[in-house]
Amino acid sequence: MAHLQPAAVKQITEICERYKDEPTPLMMILSDIQREYGYIPPEVQELVSSLTGVPVSEIYGVVTFYSFFSLTPKGKYDIGVCLGTACYVKGSQLVLDKFSELLGIEPGETTPDGLFTLDVLRCVGACALAPAVRVNDKVHPLVKPSQCQQIIDEIKKQEEASA
Amino acid sequence: MALVNITIEGQHYQVDDSLTVLEACRQCGYNVPSLCSFNHGQCSLASCRVCLVEIKGAKGLCASCVYPVNEGMEITISSPKATEARRASVELILSNHQKNCLQCDKNGHCELLEVAKLVGARDGMYEGEKTPVTIDTLAPGLTRNTGKCILCGRCIERCKNAQGISILGFENRGFNTIVSPLENRSFAQSPCLQCGQCVNVCPTGALMEHSEIDKVDAAFKAGKKVIVQTAPAVRSAIAEEFGEPIGTCGTGKMVAALHRLGFYRVFDTNFGADLTIMEEANELIERIKHKGVLPQITSCSPGWINYLEYYYPELIPHVSTCKSPHMMEGAIIKSYYAEKHDIPVEDIFVVSVMPCTAKKYERQRSQMPNDVDAVLTTRELAKLIKRAGIQWSKLPEEEFDSDLIGEYSGAGVIFGVTGGVMEAALRTAYFWMTGKEYQAINFTDVRGLDGVKEAEVDFDGTKVKVAVTSGMRNAKPLLEQIKAGTSPYTFVEVMCCPGGCINGGGQPYVHPSLLPNEDLDIIDTYCQKRASVLYSEDERCVVRQSHNNPDITTLYSEYLKKPGSEKAEELLHTSYVSDRERFPEASK
Repeated sequence: MAHLQPAAVKQITEICERYKDEPTPLMMILSDIQREYGYIPPEVQELVSSLTGVPVSEIYGVVTFYSFFSLTPKGKYDIGVCLGTACYVKGSQLVLDKFSELLGIEPGETTPDGLFTLDVLRCVGACALAPAVRVNDKVHPLVKPSQCQQIIDEIKKQEEASA
Repeated sequence: MALVNITIEGQHYQVDDSLTVLEACRQCGYNVPSLCSFNHGQCSLASCRVCLVEIKGAKGLCASCVYPVNEGMEITISSPKATEARRASVELILSNHQKNCLQCDKNGHCELLEVAKLVGARDGMYEGEKTPVTIDTLAPGLTRNTGKCILCGRCIERCKNAQGISILGFENRGFNTIVSPLENRSFAQSPCLQCGQCVNVCPTGALMEHSEIDKVDAAFKAGKKVIVQTAPAVRSAIAEEFGEPIGTCGTGKMVAALHRLGFYRVFDTNFGADLTIMEEANELIERIKHKGVLPQITSCSPGWINYLEYYYPELIPHVSTCKSPHMMEGAIIKSYYAEKHDIPVEDIFVVSVMPCTAKKYERQRSQMPNDVDAVLTTRELAKLIKRAGIQWSKLPEEEFDSDLIGEYSGAGVIFGVTGGVMEAALRTAYFWMTGKEYQAINFTDVRGLDGVKEAEVDFDGTKVKVAVTSGMRNAKPLLEQIKAGTSPYTFVEVMCCPGGCINGGGQPYVHPSLLPNEDLDIIDTYCQKRASVLYSEDERCVVRQSHNNPDITTLYSEYLKKPGSEKAEELLHTSYVSDRERFPEASK
């Protein structure tokens, strides 16, 4: 396993410290790490294990159980297509397929430039707006396959503008 | 403790209120099938849904393994609803199970097969997709086949409770859930001790020892002189494989069977144990006399050595450099014995029968690559005996071969139980320190199955504090103390498996549901029963101390000169790795 940068060790130690009085701090620690780094590789899980005393096998189990956590780095923009019941019957599978085709990646993968990750979601609580697509924290309602290109282009334009 | 009144199948019973419904049913004479629960709820995920019963007033059917009894409870096991539900649960498990039972090494000891029979599971009820299977045969000691795993979680709990390291855990979610070491790695690429405690509790063939029967077969086929040695703990349990009650001494019949299997010589590893004591007691006295690193820690248990290298490498200077008894015996067979008989070393093939899966790993260590050629577990030896058509009940009692290295002392026999190495070492160290034998012979303070035991021994004025521990979870506080430099002890015995080798990962399975003739509490008493086999054999021995074993005396006077000599160092001692990688990548 690779070694972590001292800065990362310091920050992860701080995150663990934050919840040291909680009876079951694991979910909170992992959420913060996921938010901070975009993924939780096994090296980090080992560090969390040594800091909290929770066995690394248990941490790995939690990370692989919840789709919110990721073992590999996520792209800057995480496109999540909801395949929950309401979205699915409204045709969200077609939306997912379209994104997959346009980005050239399968669900769960990240584009080589690190810009996009394509994910499958299970209900974001926006059933009335089905099919729903979430890009990072923003929810796009009533998405049709024909609108996928537009969503991608908007992000790219925004990226170019900020560059 | 209070009693509650319950009814099962309309019959009235009084049971302890601390019991689960499953335990209460078993106590009252009803065998509710179950898979995931074991050892008084040590694993109680209620994940298998096989133990469902109907309880009046409860919503739906109840998993009896986690449901506590209460006053006035009315339990029905045989209602059509419960019977059908249990059958469906088993059929669902089978729908995602690799069903090559005929070729499965677990056949005959498989709890799933037994339960399937009990509930009358039908074939092909739920055909469909199966979870992708991982088969791990990389590790020398253990194998894992997720195609046979029923996700009961027993192994996870066992690893946590016995060794405190939690190598195994659940991974992924839903249909893709598996039980595995981190990242679905091999045991060989994880800081796993290969102790085999997980194997002992697995209800199916998902976790098993890495069989070396093929290697032994090949050696016979190649016409080698195949010499076998058996560890002390093997005799305490092998008879169980042939239907005898737990606690039956199998020494004589086992030796008779080994003679019939065509082994060139049948030796007792007790000789190696006696040799270990000579070297280890000498090392201890040297450390005491020359103010060396103390406490000295024993080195007989390869699972413990794995734990040492992975988790406490800074304690390596404390650990005796002695090889474990069977490795010592292998080294002596291939040097002293071979030279005396003028047998070319390459014609000799040494097989160790051990209660242990970690010994399979140990024999492949680069520090001692040629001492032993194959390690079989107690279970594998039973397979060999059965395969040869040898009927255990008709075997006579025979003696181990005595050919230069046959004799052994009672001190060697008790190596197989926690506290045994300590007691054996004390008998010899006492003699060397004081010049006289310890009158009482037995050091009973170090006996018993407690996780940590301590005692103070008076070596004619010199007081020595010793400690004995087994199971790495029990050992951890002692090791932390040593690490901190505050340990009050001079000598510490550490055994990897709780209870010592009698409870090793290669011993016959103790699945109470498959042992209808044993007591209800057999899971609590089997270690004690096996231990008593060894202590009685010690009592029966004429020679009780390693240094009084005549073959040992001859070996030293003719070959090794004295304990700790240059020759002894070369043949009987080893070294440890201080920078062992915990998650090595596959080297293929």
